[in-house]
Amino acid sequence: MIMKISDLKYIYNPNTPFEKKALDNINVEIDRGEFIGLIGHTGSGKSTLVQHLNRLMKPTSGTILIDGIDINEKETDLKSIRQKVGLVFQYPEHQLFEETIYKDIAFGPKNLDLSEEEIEERVRDSMELVGLDYDTLKDRSPFELSGGQKRRVAIAGVVAMKPDILILDEPTAGLDPRGRDEILGEIQDLYKKNDITIILVSHSMEDIARLVDRILVMHKGKISMDDTTVEVFKRVDELKNMGLGVPQITEFMRAFHKKGNKVKETVLTVEEGRDEILKYLRSKSDA
Amino acid sequence: MDDVMIKINKATYEYKSLIDDSIQQAVKNVDIEVKKGEFLVILGHNGSGKSTLAKLMNGLLLPARGDIDVMGMNTRDDEQIWNIREKTGMVFQNPDNQIVATIVEEDVAFGPENLGVPQEEIRKRVDEALELVEMTDYKTHAPHLLSGGQKQRVAIAGILAMRPDCIIFDEPTSMLDPSGRIEVMNTIKKLNKDDEKTIVLITHYMDEAVEGDRVLVMEDGEIVMEGTPREVFSQVEKVKSYGLDVPQVTELAYELRKAGLDIREDILSIEELVELL
Repeated sequence: MIMKISDLKYIYNPNTPFEKKALDNINVEIDRGEFIGLIGHTGSGKSTLVQHLNRLMKPTSGTILIDGIDINEKETDLKSIRQKVGLVFQYPEHQLFEETIYKDIAFGPKNLDLSEEEIEERVRDSMELVGLDYDTLKDRSPFELSGGQKRRVAIAGVVAMKPDILILDEPTAGLDPRGRDEILGEIQDLYKKNDITIILVSHSMEDIARLVDRILVMHKGKISMDDTTVEVFKRVDELKNMGLGVPQITEFMRAFHKKGNKVKETVLTVEEGRDEILKYLRSKSDA
Repeated sequence: MDDVMIKINKATYEYKSLIDDSIQQAVKNVDIEVKKGEFLVILGHNGSGKSTLAKLMNGLLLPARGDIDVMGMNTRDDEQIWNIREKTGMVFQNPDNQIVATIVEEDVAFGPENLGVPQEEIRKRVDEALELVEMTDYKTHAPHLLSGGQKQRVAIAGILAMRPDCIIFDEPTSMLDPSGRIEVMNTIKKLNKDDEKTIVLITHYMDEAVEGDRVLVMEDGEIVMEGTPREVFSQVEKVKSYGLDVPQVTELAYELRKAGLDIREDILSIEELVELL
């Protein structure tokens, strides 16, 4: 287990008329190497939760253990927590600030007291991972790049810290379909090639369905569902009541199943739906 | 000619590249007409020129060559530019950048105030606009406490209070969550159907694009596809080659066809495909 969140609570403006429970008794355990999706309506508490995970916020009560270490203990070294838990914010390209792409990505690793060679290697590797060519781009200003490329620089800056847990908050927001597919492909690659745990926060159910194995659903500050992707997407009506949805393909298969066709009720991707329908139609014509 | 809202006549837009000072064309010799009452959708990947085209439509940008007429008024005509902006309102991606006041109804009143509309008339327009976007209950609220979908609807009300005939939406839902997206799309559809506003919608979401009367696909500053959503999306491979998606059911129908099933290729909705199979 890499992370254990126990009885986590966060209350805004406690003991005032504006008191609001943003996190209400959160209990979650995450194993090393999991790929988790975190979904929820705006204001459900996702971002508040995520900001607790590397101590950008401190809980009102409850604990978060990372590798068995309580991150909110006084003795805990904040630097090591921030290195272990990398957080890519929404629209991270707004946080770029250096003169060159190299310097921007190297900023985090430099603060880890690494050698110049090690830093260079990390910048090179993380640029490669997000699909940016090191030799042609390293000395360019990040501000000359397109939106999608800037976002990659920002992600590379976090990846270069070699975190054990990488949290991405809406990494594809505002991108066009091609940019979205590229970034998701790179995240998937990163997951496959490294011993890393990923938490993906997203409003796009299609992206979630394609990538993650397990989904946490947040609603009104609580974790209202915690299950495999298939199990969560079976609960269409509940999700809709929370202002969420399921991918169109999932909804289609459900409707097709409901009409009396003996197909799997829950599929997550178009390919899966195609195979399932072809199998079913063939079995029907054989019979 | 009377049924044309916006006429774009061989318009080219040029700008100087920041990297090497070369002249780039964001929109190349584009010819289109937006009809009155039409719901037109513009698709294209980032950098294809669709936002530039939208900004040409209400004179925020002027073409290097060619002309744009809004209800017969040329966007180059300084005398007419305020009339043009009054007739064609624009709603942008980020609701936070479009809200200026600290109270919802004051924000909505900002546009008509600047047009010099008399006080009582402003009151009437603000109330009507908030009613239309279903935000009347929030008229005395502070905008920063609203959800993204609500903020975006306030921004739309601010445009409506100027009584435009046409509203241009530049990715109005891309920063919203699923329920915010639905709220805003329902508002847009209502403005088109019930209020006969001409709508130009730029989006990356194909489920929104299927709601339009007509779809244009832009690539490299040019219009490369045009037709009803059904005509455009049935060309799955072509649409994908421009870096775009098709709705998942359309893709499923296409995949099933490829696997040898005899099935129509212009499927747009879940219900249609369930019926067919």
